[in-house]
Amino acid sequence: MKSILLSLLLLPVLALANEAEITVKAPVDLGNHESLQRGARTFVNYCLNCHSANYMRYNRLQDIGLSEKQIKDNLLLAGDKVGDTMQVAIDPKDAKKWFGATPPDLSVEVRARGADWLYAYLRGFYKDDTRPTGWNNTVYDKVAMPHVLYELQGVQVLNHETHALELVKPGKLSPAEYNEMVGDLTNFMAFMAEPAKQSRQFIGIFVLLFLGVLFVLVKKIKTEYWKDIK
Amino acid sequence: MSDTKHDANGLSFQPPSEVDVEKRKFLIQATAATGAVGVAAVAVPFVGSMLPSERAKAAGAPVEVDISKIEAGSMMTAEWRGQPVWIIHRTEEMLAKLDAHKNQLSDPDLNVPQQPEYCKNKGRAINEKYAVMLGTCTHLGCSPNANFAETADWDGGFVCPCHGSKFDLSGRVFKGSPAPTNLVVPPHQYLTDTTLLIGVDKKAEA
Amino acid sequence: MKNSPMAEQKVTATTTGGLAGVVDWVDARFPLTSNIKNHLTEYYAPKNFNFWYFFGSLALLVLVMQIVTGIFLTMHYKPDAQQAFASVEYIMRDVFGGNIIRYMHSTGASMFFVVVYMHMFRGLIYGSYRTPRELIWLFGVGIFLVLMGEAFFGYLLPWGQMSYWGAQVIVNLFSTVPFIGPDLSEWLRGDYLVSDATLNRFFAFHVIALPLVLLGLVAVHLIALHEVGSNNPDGVEIKAHKDKKTGIPLDGIPFHPYYSVKDLVGVVVFLMVFAAIVFFAPEMGGYFLEANNFVPADPLKTPAHIAPVWYFTPYYSILRAVPPIGISQFPGVVAMGLSVVVFAFLPWLDRGAVKSIRYRGALYKRWLAAFVVSFLILGYLGTVPADVWGQFGAWMGKADRATVVARICMTVYFLFFALMPWYTKRDKTKPVPERVTH
Repeated sequence: MKSILLSLLLLPVLALANEAEITVKAPVDLGNHESLQRGARTFVNYCLNCHSANYMRYNRLQDIGLSEKQIKDNLLLAGDKVGDTMQVAIDPKDAKKWFGATPPDLSVEVRARGADWLYAYLRGFYKDDTRPTGWNNTVYDKVAMPHVLYELQGVQVLNHETHALELVKPGKLSPAEYNEMVGDLTNFMAFMAEPAKQSRQFIGIFVLLFLGVLFVLVKKIKTEYWKDIK
Repeated sequence: MSDTKHDANGLSFQPPSEVDVEKRKFLIQATAATGAVGVAAVAVPFVGSMLPSERAKAAGAPVEVDISKIEAGSMMTAEWRGQPVWIIHRTEEMLAKLDAHKNQLSDPDLNVPQQPEYCKNKGRAINEKYAVMLGTCTHLGCSPNANFAETADWDGGFVCPCHGSKFDLSGRVFKGSPAPTNLVVPPHQYLTDTTLLIGVDKKAEA
Repeated sequence: MKNSPMAEQKVTATTTGGLAGVVDWVDARFPLTSNIKNHLTEYYAPKNFNFWYFFGSLALLVLVMQIVTGIFLTMHYKPDAQQAFASVEYIMRDVFGGNIIRYMHSTGASMFFVVVYMHMFRGLIYGSYRTPRELIWLFGVGIFLVLMGEAFFGYLLPWGQMSYWGAQVIVNLFSTVPFIGPDLSEWLRGDYLVSDATLNRFFAFHVIALPLVLLGLVAVHLIALHEVGSNNPDGVEIKAHKDKKTGIPLDGIPFHPYYSVKDLVGVVVFLMVFAAIVFFAPEMGGYFLEANNFVPADPLKTPAHIAPVWYFTPYYSILRAVPPIGISQFPGVVAMGLSVVVFAFLPWLDRGAVKSIRYRGALYKRWLAAFVVSFLILGYLGTVPADVWGQFGAWMGKADRATVVARICMTVYFLFFALMPWYTKRDKTKPVPERVTH
């Protein structure tokens, strides 16, 4: 126990030391409902097979402009109700067996990792035959997750001299289309990490305006009373 | 001004003049009114946080029930908002006996609105064959037990284990029971002939 | 006791009607009016309070906010290792207004320390701990200690990775105590590692045990203050010059209405800052809510870089800066504990002829400046890994630059206290005026 303590106290190291730095900003725009809706569809179709979003209720998608009926018809699995949370289709125990790790719940992933990291991650898969899945990632070295979207993106390899990714086999989408798609997905996951963010900021404006009015009033009272002080 | 500050022998404060008093009164009232608005606004999230949450609402959402599997003369229990909902498949004989014991009931004419308007009828049901009611005693909230076995003075119904309230197969309470009213019929509707949606009626949806 | 015959008299004399009648009725049974007089309308505070004097009432405001938001969070939070993390997200998403309440509480925790640090700094620069206010200061140090405990216990409750590993490290500090250490930390956790049992007891400490102690300490802090009267930026005693007829200090003004309306301005400004954080930046760039705490606690995986929340980092830096003896971390733990407790000795360390920094000499001012700078640097270094500035060359044994700087700052920190009797006595002070200056 003491040696653990020692290493915790004296030798904190940066884990990302040998991983690429993230320079590209994710296209997060919580006001863009169309992008969020496209992202939601991608999320349900691709991510939700292995990852849960246990804290996110389907009916919360009404916040991004979908009606209850649209959610029911397009996004829900048979048997789910719109009030349900986004449960995962596979058994976590199976997942652990197949991938070596339980795929994490993604409800608050963007708050833990940051949208920029996620955007880079979704674009950073490359072919690496030394990995059990055959895939590696520029921002998450030795990642356990295979490249689920490779049919869309195509196959990239890492050029070890320039440290750049090169597309060797095109996918169904052009690079620009792929970027847009994972951009929408990242945007949606940013929304999902805190669905109430926009309404919170909206309320905040009124709270500050109100406090501004109150400030003028209490300031006047203070000045008025302090006239008495010699 | 600043010279007189130190050699003043009197106190550091003086009573306000009459002009000031009026102005102060006004300012205080204005601030108090504004402050009261603020306090009320702050109370909203706190008071609201005690309402049923999204999870509770989702759990309390209307439930779909397949009633095709209930054999005639038996019942099933569904769950809606955490409460038991009985669905009783009544036979012709059962239905016939409902009128027979009418004079022993507290409220045979369904005057107390314990059921939606569309169930204020002879069988207390949309479709007479199926009775739908909350299995919660109107006395103190226990769940009565089914007793369909007929005897000379019992046509089949429910008996509450807590204080012995008795109900018939339409959920109507017998005279002399501690329970004051008939069992509640929840809002419901038929989606198909054999699928029931409990928790919302056609009127509310439209 | 000596009031009782008078009280009886008052009971029979209650004849007035309306509100005054009600007040009379209560006064005959409870010292309402006299308390209002003693603590508000006839509590005479120096008329020259400045900016630094807002923070006492603000601390009280934050305390009330933390208690109220805390009560409502307790209605939904589950102190259970399986459910804690999920219940926080439940509050954030499913409970009406839950996100606002939670952010108020998390922001309140950090703002509590902002306000308390400002309040303590005020005491430092104006000598508010000096005779006759030593007890007020001691109660205040007590409040600070309990507040640190409250923050520490509360930080485990969201059950994220930072919560978990922060608690793991701090509880393990107790295992460095010679002889009883390992048993002590096991007893604190109630398990071999931080677990459900730990979470459950930390919850009990956080929501009931420490708040009770805190309220008691705040009460005696205020009673002691109102007994001896407030200090002021000039550090002169206003009670030395009283009006001959009324006995009111000549430089005193009634707390109510003058300071109540003035504090109200401070309160509204504070609330504007507070609301700006709650509504627009509740994470405060990762300083108030850390990214890693959005990952559920995992006893098998330590995050790459763990650091305490910003308000603990100066002391954490001191902990890291002290080299171990052999394999024992105990010296670091002692140094960290001392760095907090040492504040309690200030009233007896300061031998200065004057209280306020306004009349102190250059010597004290320089030491104070060095202390503040060291405190801030230590605070910064506690948030980053020890190798943040790289290493020195072979001539320094390739030591981490940041560690060396932290050691220097730590030395300054302790010397500020240790040498205080000497430099405050030797300091060339300026003459103190008889009365307050403005």
